[in-house]
Amino acid sequence: MSLLKVENVTKRFGELVAVNNVSMTVEPGELRAVIGPNGAGKTTFFNIISGFLTQTSGRIIFDGEDISNQLPARRVWRGIARTFQITEVFPELTTRENLRIAVEVASGYRLKTRLSGDAEGEIKARVTDLLDMSGLIEKADRPVGELSHGDQRATEIMMALALKPRLLLLDEPTAGMGDQETYDITQLIRKLHKDQKLSIVLIEHDMRVVFHLADRIMVLAEGTMLAEGTPQEIARNEAVQEAYLGKAA
Amino acid sequence: MPIIDKRAANLLVWLLLVTAPYWFVGVGGYVELGSRILIYALAAMALNFLLGYTGVLSFGHAAYFGLGGYGTAMVLKFLYPSTPLAMLAGIVVGTVAAAIIGPLIVRLRGVYFAMCTIAFGQVFYFIAFQWSSVTGGDDGLSAWQRQPINLGFTTFDILHDNKAFYYFVLAVFALCVGAMAFLLRSPFGRTLLAIRENERRARFLGIPVDRHIWMSWVVSCFFVSVAGCLYALLSDFIDPRAIRWDQSGNFVIMAVLGGMRSFWGPLIGAAIFLVLQDYISSHTENWMSFVGLFFVLIVLFFPRGVLGLIQRKSAS
Repeated sequence: MSLLKVENVTKRFGELVAVNNVSMTVEPGELRAVIGPNGAGKTTFFNIISGFLTQTSGRIIFDGEDISNQLPARRVWRGIARTFQITEVFPELTTRENLRIAVEVASGYRLKTRLSGDAEGEIKARVTDLLDMSGLIEKADRPVGELSHGDQRATEIMMALALKPRLLLLDEPTAGMGDQETYDITQLIRKLHKDQKLSIVLIEHDMRVVFHLADRIMVLAEGTMLAEGTPQEIARNEAVQEAYLGKAA
Repeated sequence: MPIIDKRAANLLVWLLLVTAPYWFVGVGGYVELGSRILIYALAAMALNFLLGYTGVLSFGHAAYFGLGGYGTAMVLKFLYPSTPLAMLAGIVVGTVAAAIIGPLIVRLRGVYFAMCTIAFGQVFYFIAFQWSSVTGGDDGLSAWQRQPINLGFTTFDILHDNKAFYYFVLAVFALCVGAMAFLLRSPFGRTLLAIRENERRARFLGIPVDRHIWMSWVVSCFFVSVAGCLYALLSDFIDPRAIRWDQSGNFVIMAVLGGMRSFWGPLIGAAIFLVLQDYISSHTENWMSFVGLFFVLIVLFFPRGVLGLIQRKSAS
């Protein structure tokens, strides 16, 4: 069974049709990239999947269940985690505290007023794992707001990962980063996808990243789906070259 | 700040509070002022649970402070001469009112939330002001007294002995402050910090943000109604000014003045506010101008409050 099925989703803002009748199916373990020129409706599409916006029409089926009208928190509980184009972390708290909150919420402890010694130990171990995996361990006790853009982004991805999602949505994970940072984040995403078989949908502008990572690519332009296929197919597609890649070259 | 320093600071605060009736008089204070500082500090710390640790500004906390006070006064005046019972009634009235009003406002944010809390607060103010037959109207409720507390083996005479009343207030204060610190250090408390830091991130971690703000609001109002009960007991009197919006403003001023990102900040703020008030009002009726000026200067130059300033100095 497909993990995520987006069926004929449309989003209107007044006269503007930001997303026009777009469908997408993501299989378990797949890494899907969504690309397209600025204003193509990629982020709106993401916001609809994660519940940040409500679609004007269409349906979203996650793991066989219709989640079209569920609140964001409920979709998170179902297993959809996301990051944002502009990094969203808890800036005054340390990296460790950021991750700890995510782990506690994911473990169902959000209403607990005290933790048993066992639970405390489990949480600490899981936080340390996440810090190790992301290479943030040395910066763990500094406020996230003081870290570099790349480290903040890595923290945000690890927070999403702390939720043990079945589907991870990454909105331009390398936006505004230098070459080294872009490389590091790409390696991190690759590791999550290959080693943990995590299903990922990402929006990305950097074509090197997209073609390096994606199993399949969907191209949006002006709110409609222009093409869908493997990286090779997309690279050969004339309509895409004209609308998007051609312009960039 | 290292943990050791924090422990030392906590120890120092409790030491000063426990010995206050003995040294406070020596520096020109009096025991009743000490009690009043503790009561307002509790109210400001309760407000700060919401303001400093959840990131939500209420300008209507006086309503639940006042409900606690009126509940206490009415039980003692009309129903039954027992201080604990009266307090229990006051706390229940204040907390239940907050719990009911909460769902109507927790979807609002920022200034809209603040405005609605004022509006609901003023509703209670006008009820207290107009419904003279029950609340005593503008004159308030007087001609009743707090009752000595019978502990079975001994009686704690908080009625005639000011020092005994101070220690009674301190005991209640300690219980409440301990409970708040306990909550803030828990996973639940950390979800509130998460909401303060970044509501969008909190929501997409799976925290039902509105529901958690409601819970924080109820906890905060619970403790502010405890402070309201003590306030009524302090002078055996309550009137509508305890509920009015400027009282809510005083709580906010105390929290911000002392430092809303520090746990003890509101206590420092309450102490400064009330000592200034006590001292300046004996010279001029216009005391609020001076407190206001002081407040503006602190906010302009030390936005983290007095305690924030001290902490930064000791850290560097």
